[in-house]
Amino acid sequence: MTEALLEIKDLKTWFKTDDGMVRAVDGVSMTIARGETLAVVGESGCGKTVTARSVLKLIDMPPGRFEAGQIVWRGRDLIPLPAADMDKIRAREIAMVFQEPMTSLNPVYTVGDQIAESLRTHHGLSRKESIDGAVEMLKLVQIPNAERRVHDYPHQFSGGMRQRVVIAIALACKPQLLIADEPTTALDVTIQAQILELLGDMKAKFGMAIMLITHAMGVVAENAQRVVVMYAGKVVEEAPVEELFGNPRHPYTQGLIRSIPRVDARTRGHARLEQIPGTVPSLLNPPAGCRFANRCRFATDPCRDSEPPLRQVAPNHKVACIL
Amino acid sequence: MNTQTAPLLSARGLTKHFAIKGGIFAREVHRIHAVDGVSFDIAAGETLGLVGESGCGKSTTGRCILRLIEPSSGEVWFQGRDVTKLDADALRGLRRDMQIIFQDPFASLNPRHTVGGIIGEALIIHGLSRTRAELDDRVVQLLETVGLQPDHRHRFPHEFSGGQRQRIGIARALAVEPKLIICDEPVSALDVSIQAQVINLLEDLQEKFGLTYLFIAHDLSVVEHISDRVAVMYLGRVVEIAPSRELYDNPRHPYTEALLSAVPIPDPLVKRKRIVLQGDVPNPIRPPTGCRFHTRCPIAEARCSQEVPELEQSSDGHWVACHLRR
Amino acid sequence: MAGSIPASLSADQATGAAATDRPSRPVSLAGEAWRRFRKHRLAVVSLIVLALLIAAVGLGPLLWKVPINDIDFGAKLRGPSLGHPFGTDDLGQDLLARLIYGGRISIAVGLAAMFVAVTFGVMIGAIAGMASGRVDAVLMWITDLFLSLPQLPLLLLVIYLFRDTLKNLLGLEMGVFVLIVLVIGGLRWMPVARLVRAQFLSLREKEFVEAARALGASRIRLVIRHILPNAMGPVIVAGTIDVAAAIIAESTLSFLGLGFPPDVPTWGRVLFDAKDYLDIAPHWALFPGAAIFLTVLSINFIGDGLRDALDPRRVL
Repeated sequence: MTEALLEIKDLKTWFKTDDGMVRAVDGVSMTIARGETLAVVGESGCGKTVTARSVLKLIDMPPGRFEAGQIVWRGRDLIPLPAADMDKIRAREIAMVFQEPMTSLNPVYTVGDQIAESLRTHHGLSRKESIDGAVEMLKLVQIPNAERRVHDYPHQFSGGMRQRVVIAIALACKPQLLIADEPTTALDVTIQAQILELLGDMKAKFGMAIMLITHAMGVVAENAQRVVVMYAGKVVEEAPVEELFGNPRHPYTQGLIRSIPRVDARTRGHARLEQIPGTVPSLLNPPAGCRFANRCRFATDPCRDSEPPLRQVAPNHKVACIL
Repeated sequence: MNTQTAPLLSARGLTKHFAIKGGIFAREVHRIHAVDGVSFDIAAGETLGLVGESGCGKSTTGRCILRLIEPSSGEVWFQGRDVTKLDADALRGLRRDMQIIFQDPFASLNPRHTVGGIIGEALIIHGLSRTRAELDDRVVQLLETVGLQPDHRHRFPHEFSGGQRQRIGIARALAVEPKLIICDEPVSALDVSIQAQVINLLEDLQEKFGLTYLFIAHDLSVVEHISDRVAVMYLGRVVEIAPSRELYDNPRHPYTEALLSAVPIPDPLVKRKRIVLQGDVPNPIRPPTGCRFHTRCPIAEARCSQEVPELEQSSDGHWVACHLRR
Repeated sequence: MAGSIPASLSADQATGAAATDRPSRPVSLAGEAWRRFRKHRLAVVSLIVLALLIAAVGLGPLLWKVPINDIDFGAKLRGPSLGHPFGTDDLGQDLLARLIYGGRISIAVGLAAMFVAVTFGVMIGAIAGMASGRVDAVLMWITDLFLSLPQLPLLLLVIYLFRDTLKNLLGLEMGVFVLIVLVIGGLRWMPVARLVRAQFLSLREKEFVEAARALGASRIRLVIRHILPNAMGPVIVAGTIDVAAAIIAESTLSFLGLGFPPDVPTWGRVLFDAKDYLDIAPHWALFPGAAIFLTVLSINFIGDGLRDALDPRRVL
């Protein structure tokens, strides 16, 4: 790992609800180096999306609030940063791609206008220049007939094409970090393959870092360099991708990897899937000790008593498990 | 088609066209070819997987078999009767033999009924329990079968997680002791760690009650895991049917090949050659002529755009609809 | 955007609650709705105000035993005093007693007209939503037709035409009551019908309805057990607004002199009688005006609270 581009330190993003404080992100730390792809993986409600949105401060406050921690972007903590400065960082330095390509585009503007708008506000280009820039971006994300399609509206594009447009908007200002929140979850497998390939190409071209938020282990394995596994608002394991899949240490990570059926030859034979019993605990009153203890096969009394710290078990490999 | 004993269910030329009406006189302006001449057999006790991307007509096929959607033409033979010709009374009887499990565990349970009410409804409709106590006993028994607690029957669906709700949906389908269950994307909406629980439950139930499944999904790895045979659909047509292992080891149709290669494998050490298909699925209002896949097919020839390839047997139990690959 | 996050989290809380093996403590849907309603402070205050108003007109005559038609020219057009807390009118009749009596009729008209509108609207909307095709088109055509009629002139015309017939048939007061209720209800069912139809069209496609069909449920059962109960939330909200609108409509009719006869002091009628004395006896108009205002306002706020409490998106 070279220089850290983004460093999240002990972040706690909590939400105040009628029933009490929901600890959606509860002491999460991770770093992203320049130009690397970090996958943040976990199930719904594990806090991966809240972590990503926290980085761009896209959390509604209230009900949300930063309870503790720092988000250090190129040496500067973003949490106390005023809104005006944050606006400059968004899109120009850190961009985001969302899961649902339809709702992240404005249906009443042409896609060209939407790309051009970002070019104009962040680079001060003229209208003509910015539209030319938009055509360039559409070509870059491999949309056929870019000159003509730049004047089309979002509904005239298919799901996969829309996600390309969203990526074009995100990349328009050449950000150093792209946060992709489940970018292919809403798409079919063949389209997912196209979009992931495109993201890889774009990364090769622009050299930006990618924070890939996903729940699909297959997507992680094929696209990430390093992986952070989250469970119930905490990081449970962090490792380079080969290490994580080759030698998963946390029982949750092991369960996640073994519970998915695979199409390749390795798991042939009608073996029963390994399953993780139970469901994710409430983040309202998270259990004391390890949050996975009540679903863990190996859990012992010490697991239930005190929270396991994230400790180094191998170079670059950290696990929050005392066993 | 390829089963030795008489199949439990055979679909023959099943077709569903949706008319889109417009204008003041509600004339038909477009016609969506959702399902177009689909044929397959399911043997008793087996699981047939039905895969394809969104809009390929797999869910419509499942609903046409149950006649939740009226098919436009074609036949569905189930236990010696053509389901498409049954009148309302006979259809109600059929509901005891064929059931369905839905994708969305939140939309598929009536939010205003208790779990007991939801599971017991079929028993009331078909008069399967003589007394209240008998009904209650049966509901408790069903809850236990799917791994829920007896006292869950007094609760409402919103108190349960996705996986638990899916179990409730399964218990509802089991209440009438059906022979065939159409599973319409039953695990797609669930978290990874919960998917395995539900898949294992479905397998256990199949073994315990001798159930037959039509397992509809877009996730090829899940389908491969649970199915004995798999049918691949593209734009309303079946392009390939083969025993599960055969299909994955030896896909013949270029679409199947591309679909399989697009599935990400959760192992960073496995590197494969990926066939990335160009473009999107064409609009089912104006499907391509000839082979519907020819617009995206990497090996298409001139005749692919003119002649419709028939589904033909290329080796034992392996059926392909392609002019070039047999 | 981030607004969705707490919602999904609270779903997880429910998960946790059900997952742990706590003794059965079913959260009833009504209890859940009440919990949400209580958070709407204005609605809760309104509910209290409305309850007080209804209690006043319901129990008032037991406590305030002054007759409504006790004419006393010596005490005409008096302002509020101990003997007449709301003052008196030009015949020296006690306004408090008259408003208590009139309130019963005004509120009864509101509730009855709402009942007519909702019943009719639900029937038309349900038939249109279930039938679809030609029946649906014709019914919606009729609904649009009614919506495009100029309501007040029509109201006046109908009352002018049928008042005497009904008066002879049912007696003066009852005749006018039935007429007004039918006319107001008959002109307010359309929004309910459209609402119910829209609800039916979307609910019909819901998977739980499909599941019930797959279980062999009949059409009647689908409607009664599955679709209608889930469609009623917005209808109840619309109904509360209808009550308020009907009270205003009755007041308008009475104010135009077309509603109840002068000796039946509905709030609108009292207002109508007071209009000529606005400068010398403002209290006469003030009190019935305030009564209408308070009732309508609190019903509307309750409607708002119910909208939040019964929002189907929160349940589905």
